[in-house]
Amino acid sequence: MTRKNTMQSAGNKILLSGVLIGIGTMALIDEIIFHQLLQWHHFFDFNTMQFGIFSDGLLNAFALFAIVAGIFLFAHVTKLYSYSPLRWWAGIFTGLGAFQLFDGIVSHKVLGIHQIRYGVDILPYDIAWNVSAVLLLIIGIVMWLKTRTHTARKAGG
Amino acid sequence: MEHYHAIHEYFPLIQNTVIMLAVLSIIGYIGAMAVSARKFTSWPVRRLLLWVLGVATAAGAFAGPIGNMSHENFIAHMAGHLLLGMLAPIFLACSKPMTLLLRALPTEYAKKVSRLLNTNYAKMITNPFVASVLNIGGLFLIYQTGLYVWMHVSILLFIIVHLHVFLAGYLFTISLIYVDVTSHRYAYWYRAIALVVALGFHKALSKLIYQSPPAMVPVDEGRSGAMLMYYGGDIVDLILIVILCFHWYKSITPEKAQSRKASMQK
Repeated sequence: MTRKNTMQSAGNKILLSGVLIGIGTMALIDEIIFHQLLQWHHFFDFNTMQFGIFSDGLLNAFALFAIVAGIFLFAHVTKLYSYSPLRWWAGIFTGLGAFQLFDGIVSHKVLGIHQIRYGVDILPYDIAWNVSAVLLLIIGIVMWLKTRTHTARKAGG
Repeated sequence: MEHYHAIHEYFPLIQNTVIMLAVLSIIGYIGAMAVSARKFTSWPVRRLLLWVLGVATAAGAFAGPIGNMSHENFIAHMAGHLLLGMLAPIFLACSKPMTLLLRALPTEYAKKVSRLLNTNYAKMITNPFVASVLNIGGLFLIYQTGLYVWMHVSILLFIIVHLHVFLAGYLFTISLIYVDVTSHRYAYWYRAIALVVALGFHKALSKLIYQSPPAMVPVDEGRSGAMLMYYGGDIVDLILIVILCFHWYKSITPEKAQSRKASMQK
């Protein structure tokens, strides 16, 4: 493998590792903070569509797998390559935001799996949830773009 | 609890049979270790410990504190399901019983067994997706049809269902993690998808049980059992996920390269 290919492969792997860990971490935050500690989210909402039960199960199963796979992929990259920590963080923020946004739009609103909180006016909660998701996503993408120009300049110079 | 009477009557018999089988299987494993040690290097004792742990875990679904209540209480039933169908198979598979069997058997019989492992039938059922359907699909049958109630009325159904839960759980485990003799291998990504889909359906099923517990199960008990299935399933499947990802990590990270980078850094 040429040097350039190696660098590219390391860059993709570290980004993927970050995204996987980000997705899994947000699922964990969701479970630990909102389900267990605050108990805002309910284990089951009787308004859930039957399809929603399956899509939510698959999403959470994937998130559990993602965090483990992401950690092992990170171990793999650190053993074999030198890597950009910024790119890893770019992946993590992208993963955090992506899961949060998917959960906020598709799970909560479209499929009605459960709401953020019960017995309150839900609108401000939904806005805060999805805006924070978009912010995380933007931070991730901006960081990723920065690492891209960084490597491009390096390769050029 | 009139409906549980049929099983209640036979339950001590089932418990005694399970304990007898458990003891026999441990004696059998030790015997196989002794025979294998005459032909090969000695079999590690830690695998015997894993086997004992696995057998005890499986037996725990029928006897002991959880087992005693399992046919009367849905939460205990679900705890037993986690032990018998999910946790015990992991311990048992890691003790490599098939490898030990092939070593202990005389060559001609070992060849027959290995031919059996190479049949198309074996190939079909060890496909991770087929194994998932047998495992999780079986659970859907138990909890989404009247089977849960019927198996507490008929002793024969009770035995068949529990045997199926254990065997399908074991098959599912060895179709995903290759720790024992494996004749047909599937790529990591293929097994990973099967595992995620199976866990997703397991989660979905536990929510369906929460939504409508089987007939004859009190609603609160059914909901607690469903939540135990949901989170307990996460914990046990996490073990499978870690083993699968660790094997994948080892396969893509050559040891030579690891030491090369280490020496470069010095």
